[in-house]
Amino acid sequence: MAADTARKDPFAGALDSTARLPGVALPWIAALREEARGHYAALGPPTVKLEDWKYTNLNRLSRIGFAPDAGLPPVKVDTVPVGSTLSAEAHLAVLVNGRFRPDLSSLPEGDAGPEIASLAELLERAPDALQPVLGRIASSDSMPLVALNTALWQDGLAIRFKPGAAIEKPVHVVSIGAAGDAPRLFHPRLLILAEENSRGCVLESHVGVGDGVYFSNAVAEIAVEPGAALRHYKLQNEHPAAFHVAAAKARLVSTARYESFVLQVGGRLARNEIHARLGGESIDCRLAGAYLLRGDQHGDNTTFIDHAAPNSNSREVYKGVLDDNARGVFQGKILVRKDAQKTDGHQLNKALMLSRGAEIDSKPELEIYADDVKCSHGATAGEIDEDALFYLRSRGIDAHAARGLLVEAFVGEAIDEIEDDAARAAFRNVVDGWLTEGKPDGPKNED
Amino acid sequence: MLEIRNLRVAVDGKEILKGLDLAIRPGEVHAIMGPNGTGKSTLSYLLAGRDGYEATDGEVIYRGENMLEMEPDERACRGVFLAFQYPVEIPGVAGTTFLKTALNAVRKFRGEDELDAMQFLKQVRAKAKTLDIGDDMLRRPLNVGFSGGEKKRNEALQMAVLEPTFAILDETDSGLDIDALKIVADGVNAMRGPERSMLIITHYQRLLNYIEPDRVHVLVNGRIAASGGKELAEKLEAEGYAAFLDAEAA
Repeated sequence: MAADTARKDPFAGALDSTARLPGVALPWIAALREEARGHYAALGPPTVKLEDWKYTNLNRLSRIGFAPDAGLPPVKVDTVPVGSTLSAEAHLAVLVNGRFRPDLSSLPEGDAGPEIASLAELLERAPDALQPVLGRIASSDSMPLVALNTALWQDGLAIRFKPGAAIEKPVHVVSIGAAGDAPRLFHPRLLILAEENSRGCVLESHVGVGDGVYFSNAVAEIAVEPGAALRHYKLQNEHPAAFHVAAAKARLVSTARYESFVLQVGGRLARNEIHARLGGESIDCRLAGAYLLRGDQHGDNTTFIDHAAPNSNSREVYKGVLDDNARGVFQGKILVRKDAQKTDGHQLNKALMLSRGAEIDSKPELEIYADDVKCSHGATAGEIDEDALFYLRSRGIDAHAARGLLVEAFVGEAIDEIEDDAARAAFRNVVDGWLTEGKPDGPKNED
Repeated sequence: MLEIRNLRVAVDGKEILKGLDLAIRPGEVHAIMGPNGTGKSTLSYLLAGRDGYEATDGEVIYRGENMLEMEPDERACRGVFLAFQYPVEIPGVAGTTFLKTALNAVRKFRGEDELDAMQFLKQVRAKAKTLDIGDDMLRRPLNVGFSGGEKKRNEALQMAVLEPTFAILDETDSGLDIDALKIVADGVNAMRGPERSMLIITHYQRLLNYIEPDRVHVLVNGRIAASGGKELAEKLEAEGYAAFLDAEAA
């Protein structure tokens, strides 16, 4: 205990920073920031003693001192590293170390298309529209890193799909982390509003440049209004030395449809957490994802689906592929409240272990208080099917290619959940790339 | 084509093949018959290169080279094909993707150009048609949910597409009704030629009515107990394996 309290808070330096934060002149923003600071002070940085953080240890951060945010990135970023992002025909909105970069972005012109704006700039120009939602969907009282983000975010994006809008072209948010000698900490903030009966698609690519250590502490707040459908697909392909912790909080109301897919391939340690609150009837909430990890990577997928009203559906399909000494975590909680009768909830997490040194921690959790519901979960971990491997090889396909086909097929079950054709193809490409990067035949394959 | 000399094979420490000799010349079709558990499938897996089937003695020379040193995919690229008794179901891998990858691997090994999707489909469709395999079956995940007959027809298709030099047909008649058996046998017969050899492994004589062998061998207790022409198969069908088993026991 004593050692625990004595451990240095890796984020203390950032909290002490006196940098001017956007919106401080607005009393409600100042109050929001102050409240978040209070929550963080009470919660402290996450430790494995917290149930939610049992399998993801941020201890090693305490050895890294994050420099106070100086504004300009330490590495010059004048292009978007296209190769490591999703390939997409889309409106492009680029953040570098959490700050909007209009020079790298290409936003829709005029009234056509979705509204996309820098949060810092919106707080100057039209703060009233933000007040009812910003910080209201993602409350900071129980999640320390959400509190930290709320207290410290410098910028981010607000994306609004207007009522009835039928938008074909997606919005592609590219968040670039850039660090040199000094480790960097930043807090991208995203707000996505799918207003009544709108259709929208948001892609996120999280990537890195330079060769330093950075920590991207991202928060997304998402509201899907009645009759609206939002597709939200994310690629986490951070720099191999980077830390990435992201929390997405989705507020879904009656007849809303929310579809999420998250592919994690990057970073040294990464966690993607999604909370969806189903606060109405006839909601369709689909969360899917894949995590492909090798070396010493750590990848965590944590989901919480809160069925708070009757007659809604949720579905989760996650697939993990773990090689070398990589460690994967899946925590999936489904809460069905007393009133949420006729809930239909399904959850699946499967992990494919390519090496004896790899590890998966899978924790499904159903908490059901209603008595007329259909809920199921499944979690498996297994190795490559040797019979299948031999069958492919007996037809002339070499061991590396045969493994690749089988891994691709395994991940395919999650990729197939993606409803958008172009996005599905883009994610398939990333998976193919990951497989191509792999060692042709490591020692692990010899026994 | 293939010469097996004094082959001994152990699986999980237990000796299954105990000094097997067999020679197959180019263009010949041989059949190996025998009761269950005498090592027929062990022989087919060993020849295809499956893990866990290790030769403890003897040799297998395929077209002048030591086959036992080759990886399974290299054997396939050099023209060895095993039609599985139980083809494996592989969810998520479309039949066409699989077959195209396999064909191009084999073509690449032979120094031929890889086929593009159009060339490939044209070639495969023509061959699939003779085996009564439609586009739908081609596209489905490999063998997943296929009936016994569909699986065996699919094996025959793979053989037709990969055009092996030496094909092993392991219990190809099991699970086939008479119509499917005829389709598969026609497919196999169409591939017979002076440069292609086949080894048919079967428990029953039935298949040999449709694919007529040049030589028939009886495998009992890990060794060839008798060899002869196709009349040997008829004799076995009439009299069973008892005489050979008794001779072994004596």
